[in-house]
Amino acid sequence: MKTENQKAWFFVLPVLALVAFNALIPMMTVVNYSVQETFGDNVFFWQGLDWFQQILRSDRFHAALGRQFLFTFLILIIEVPLGIAIALSMPRKGFWVPVCLVLMALPMLIPWNVVGAMWNIFTLPDIGLLGYFLNHVLGISYDMTQDPVAAWVTIVTMDVWHWTSLVVLLSYAGLVSIPDAYYQAAKIDGASNWAVFRFIQLPKMKTVLTIAILLRFMDSFNIYTEPFVLTGGGPGNSTTLLSIDLVKIALGQFDLGPAAAMSLIYFAITLLVSWLFYTLMTKDDLN
Amino acid sequence: MALELKGVTKRVGAIQHIKETSLLLEPGHFNVLLGATGSGKTSLIKLMAGLDPMASGQVLMDGEDVSRLSTQKRNISLVHQFFINYPHMTVFENIASPLKVAGMAKSEIEGRVEEAAAILQLKPMLHRRPHELSGGQQQRCALARAIAKESRAVFLDEPLANLDYKLREELRDQLPELFAGRGAVVVYATSEPEEALLLGGKTALMRDGRVTQFGPTAEIYRNPGNVDAARVFSDPPINTAEITKQGSMARLGAGVTWELSGAAVGLADGTYTIAIRPHHVLPVAKNGAHVQLSGQVQVTELSGSESSAHFDMGSGSWVSLAHGVHPYQVGELHDFYMDPAQAYFFAPDGSRAA
Repeated sequence: MKTENQKAWFFVLPVLALVAFNALIPMMTVVNYSVQETFGDNVFFWQGLDWFQQILRSDRFHAALGRQFLFTFLILIIEVPLGIAIALSMPRKGFWVPVCLVLMALPMLIPWNVVGAMWNIFTLPDIGLLGYFLNHVLGISYDMTQDPVAAWVTIVTMDVWHWTSLVVLLSYAGLVSIPDAYYQAAKIDGASNWAVFRFIQLPKMKTVLTIAILLRFMDSFNIYTEPFVLTGGGPGNSTTLLSIDLVKIALGQFDLGPAAAMSLIYFAITLLVSWLFYTLMTKDDLN
Repeated sequence: MALELKGVTKRVGAIQHIKETSLLLEPGHFNVLLGATGSGKTSLIKLMAGLDPMASGQVLMDGEDVSRLSTQKRNISLVHQFFINYPHMTVFENIASPLKVAGMAKSEIEGRVEEAAAILQLKPMLHRRPHELSGGQQQRCALARAIAKESRAVFLDEPLANLDYKLREELRDQLPELFAGRGAVVVYATSEPEEALLLGGKTALMRDGRVTQFGPTAEIYRNPGNVDAARVFSDPPINTAEITKQGSMARLGAGVTWELSGAAVGLADGTYTIAIRPHHVLPVAKNGAHVQLSGQVQVTELSGSESSAHFDMGSGSWVSLAHGVHPYQVGELHDFYMDPAQAYFFAPDGSRAA
């Protein structure tokens, strides 16, 4: 006979309560807004799926979504290889290991709005160290407040500066877990450096890299603070990423219904891409 | 293919791990490196493989100096005491890995892997991962990798040390046959004299980072060149004692004397160390074994076919190893009989005298 024991529920309760307050209840509020119209005073009118249709058909949403995917694509394609390359060239033992690790961790310790402010001041064409240097010393015309390309270069560079370390640290953790014996065996097999990377280091880093890419995808897809402080979404709408647009609709225009619908669509896309990526990456390990 | 070491040394900081060593290793038979743990067997193998830098000297393969060649370019194989297989690859991929990086055609890789797997009875396991194999299978996988590669030199660094007794015997019996006719120089490191004798070929005795003697295994066993060689190549340990030679008589301790015969008669009078293998010291007098020794039995070991006894003669502890089962009482005073014709004589500096 199997003994039924319901005590386990008791232990799960605190977590359920916590998740309810920090996720479920706020989320249900958003769902509530997304199907209604309100003009304040706690008066609501039923709208059904109108807001969802409106958002999904809106050119403005398509443009922001496109910019969002472009941004995430750019930073992933730069940060992942760069992070792996830096991790590969870091020392494995000795005095320089802690030095490198601390230097690597530094950018991640800086508050996000400070990062945005730093890069803003750094790149301003007349007073910023980089902006001034580029414009007045090298003679390259660079103004991220006027030129959309310059603005994009700046936000991508800023994100690379801020977050490549995460990929480095995770890759490095994967690398140092490889015993010397495998490198020795690979040497004896006659493997070139590339083969060692392809057949030993990369497979060993696969798990941590999956996590790194997943984290970088989610974070960059939801990025708000740094580009908001740096460019405010401009010039024009050229760096208005999804979250910036969302805040404009919700707080700028006070269109709570459409903003709620957009939030849910945004959330669904993030969830779907993350799930797809994770499933594809771990497919081999399951069988 | 021949592998030659010329005045090779290895140094780490101020410590010399390998003292000047010269060796000519040839294919067609096993080249055994026999020595205790820490005697430099693995260090020497790593020098030959190019995994560690040499302080001086040359490594030649077929007369070509490969000292400056990286491990990758030396075309060698190495099987460790620990089973080293790539954990994320299947057995097939593991065996194929050196062939794949060499850029061999897929069909040829398959043929070679199948052949190696057939020899080592790994065929049913080709699609498993190493962690799904037993220890013996994992080591066979590592051996299959070495065989499939058809390298110029194969280094086996105590490959059986981590296997259980039965697998060990089984694989050891297969080993000489596995590498026969492949033209590779096979170097086999072990700390067990018995293993060297079973594998035959040639043996280099190692001690303190130095090769003390090198030659055909049986020859070295029969004729140790110095007292260290005699000690290394004996299990249970060889019995040694100081004797005094005067005229044609030898005296061991206070009361044991015997008449010398053979080459020992010609030695100058003086003090020598004799060494005699345990199976020439018997609990009963036999035709050759007639010099009577007496000692207190300390430890006895009876296996089905042999009995050994450690006994204390006052001047030191000796071991007797005899066929059959002999009833010993621990603590009793027992007589043993030594065959003096089987004793090796060494001068005080350790060199062989007779």
